[in-house]
Amino acid sequence: MSNAAPLLQVRNLRVEFPTRRGTLVALDDVSFEIAPGEVLGVVGESGAGKSMTGAAIIGLLEPPGRIAGGQILLDGRRIDNLRYEEMRRIRGKEIGAIFQDPLTTLNPLYTVGRQLAETMTTHLPIGPAEARRRAIEWLELVGIPAAAQRIDSYPHEFSGGMRQRVVIALALCAEPRLIVADEPTTALDVSIQAQVIALLKRLAREKGTAMMLVTHDMGVIAETADRVAVMYAGRIVEIGPVREVVKHANHPYSAGLMASIPPLDRRVERLAQIDGAMPRLSAIPEGCAYNPRCPQVFEKCRRQRPELMDAATTRAACWLFDTETDRE
Amino acid sequence: MFAFILSRILQALPVMFTVALISFAMFAYVGDPVAIMLGQDYTQAQRDALVAELGLDQPFWVQFATFVVNAAQGEFGLSYRLSRPVAELIAERAPATLELAFTAAGIALLVGVPMGVYTGLYRNSWLSRFFLTFSLVGVSLPTFLIGILLILVFAVWLGWLPSFGRGDTVRIGFWTTGFLTVSGLKALILPAITLGLFQLTLIMRLVRAEMLEVLRTDYIKFARARGLPNRVVHFGHALKNTLVPVITMVGLQLGAIIAFAIVTETVFQWPGMGLLFIQSVGAADIPVMSAYLLLIALVFVTINLIVDLLYYAVDPRLRIGRGKGGH
Ligand SMILES: Nc1ncnc2c1ncn2[C@@H]1O[C@H](COP(=O)(O)OP(=O)(O)OP(=O)(O)O)[C@@H](O)[C@H]1O
Ligand code: SF4
Ligand SMILES: [Mg+2]
Repeated sequence: MSNAAPLLQVRNLRVEFPTRRGTLVALDDVSFEIAPGEVLGVVGESGAGKSMTGAAIIGLLEPPGRIAGGQILLDGRRIDNLRYEEMRRIRGKEIGAIFQDPLTTLNPLYTVGRQLAETMTTHLPIGPAEARRRAIEWLELVGIPAAAQRIDSYPHEFSGGMRQRVVIALALCAEPRLIVADEPTTALDVSIQAQVIALLKRLAREKGTAMMLVTHDMGVIAETADRVAVMYAGRIVEIGPVREVVKHANHPYSAGLMASIPPLDRRVERLAQIDGAMPRLSAIPEGCAYNPRCPQVFEKCRRQRPELMDAATTRAACWLFDTETDRE
Repeated sequence: MFAFILSRILQALPVMFTVALISFAMFAYVGDPVAIMLGQDYTQAQRDALVAELGLDQPFWVQFATFVVNAAQGEFGLSYRLSRPVAELIAERAPATLELAFTAAGIALLVGVPMGVYTGLYRNSWLSRFFLTFSLVGVSLPTFLIGILLILVFAVWLGWLPSFGRGDTVRIGFWTTGFLTVSGLKALILPAITLGLFQLTLIMRLVRAEMLEVLRTDYIKFARARGLPNRVVHFGHALKNTLVPVITMVGLQLGAIIAFAIVTETVFQWPGMGLLFIQSVGAADIPVMSAYLLLIALVFVTINLIVDLLYYAVDPRLRIGRGKGGH
């Protein structure tokens, strides 16, 4: 899968927030690729920049946030510098989005059928009647019972899980090739999270849709993702195949993050925790951003910032893997 | 639906009854209508006869009961001042006030809503700033001053528009309208702007605040993420979600416009109910005053009902008892 030409390329992406007390760098030198049909899991502590990355890709950064450097390419075509109207045609049509909270992502005043139909007629060369027929089809596809009757219902007439299924239908209905799913199950009841993820995974596979899946749930990552990117303080610190990152993480931060997952097969007395907290954007330490918390920190970490480099089976931004660095 | 309307009407009855009681009680002991009607010279016998004819010798509750029963039939007796049936006087004056009020409300809506949307969308443009500054003027200047300023500029200096009256009117059945003649339309412009300016600025500020709020919501972000055109996002998804508070206020303000047309009608000598009311106050013309107050209360109650029905139309979450999934 990884030798196919990439669908999405993010190159050295830098996102800044100008504030009164100087410029905050929310994303710094973020680079990754997603191949057609591939699922890239994105993990990391709260505030690491996962949502920001997704927002930059769909071109909906909240002002005053702005892309200050780097490029985003879809099928080799730059999309980070498009005018609003050009990017609008790509949103929904080429890149779909799924947000976290299904209770707030649907417009309460329009029926789900209307919201589906308007999305399709915006992007596809079909009329209202055909759009309505397909809307029913999509509701069936995402597992809404009695879809033909429910199409004229309003969002508040559905449960949270059902609403997220509608959101998934909305994200997929114009058949985009990439979905940016930002914590699609976090707001749902634990008992239905698995069903919704399974649905998303199945549809993505059937339609050949690639996905950037942001989540805090390592179980979901292990089950769904092909590759995983671990983010810390606005950077990717490790990226690699899912089995390697989950089982044999190289970067000390990813290793700590994975150790904090409860194992499925046995009970543990106390989960390993990473001590300390991620720095605020205004106080990112010099050198490796993780150095104040890192158990393996050494002199060079405090002076120089590591870039992503080959580390056995993954790529990690850590001086431990620099062959030219002596650890004093 | 029918049950909903019926329950609203039942709820409105106590309100109307209270207003009737207050207006009747307030005016029952104000001034001496008999003296006004009889003029300077009268005998005690003439006075007693008139008191009996007007029912003023009856106890308070009997007078009130008679008043309510008659009022329910649109019967408010004779004006003390003009010696003509009050219902007839009001029917004569109502079209002028209603045409003025609805034109003012129409201007306030048709100009205020787009201005509110614009200032909400383009918060920092110089035009938005200009609108906001201008709206401060609209909110803070008293109505009569705006009226006088408009008269000064457009009637006295420029001579474009008349400064008083209603122009020529056309009679259609019981209704007299100024909409069908050039002079009638010209005469309507200044008073309608005067009357509607305050509401226009209120609506603009409310729509702006609501738009700013709604544009931050997830469903608007999601609508953008679905690639819907800006026109659809702003004027469909966003504007519709600002409507419930806007309808509430427009409803209340329409009542206020009709009630407070008094000032504008006085400034422009507009032959409407407000002017009639002011003239009646001067003459302690109780039947006209009570009828006017009751009518205003009725207008408020009716508007409230319409507002409730509009909520129902706009927001599906308020439709109680609707079966799941349509038909
Ligand atoms: N308007 C803003 N101004 C300044 N900083 C901001 C703004 N919005 C977000 N940030 C910062 O950008 C960083 C990245 O935020 P982001 O929402 O991408 O985090 P995340 O990884 O998605 O976290 P979570 O898991 O909590 O969703 C955070 O540190 C946040 O504080
Ligand atoms: S570079 Fe140094 S501080 Fe940073 S993760 Fe690697 S060892 Fe730890
Ligand atoms: Mg997030």
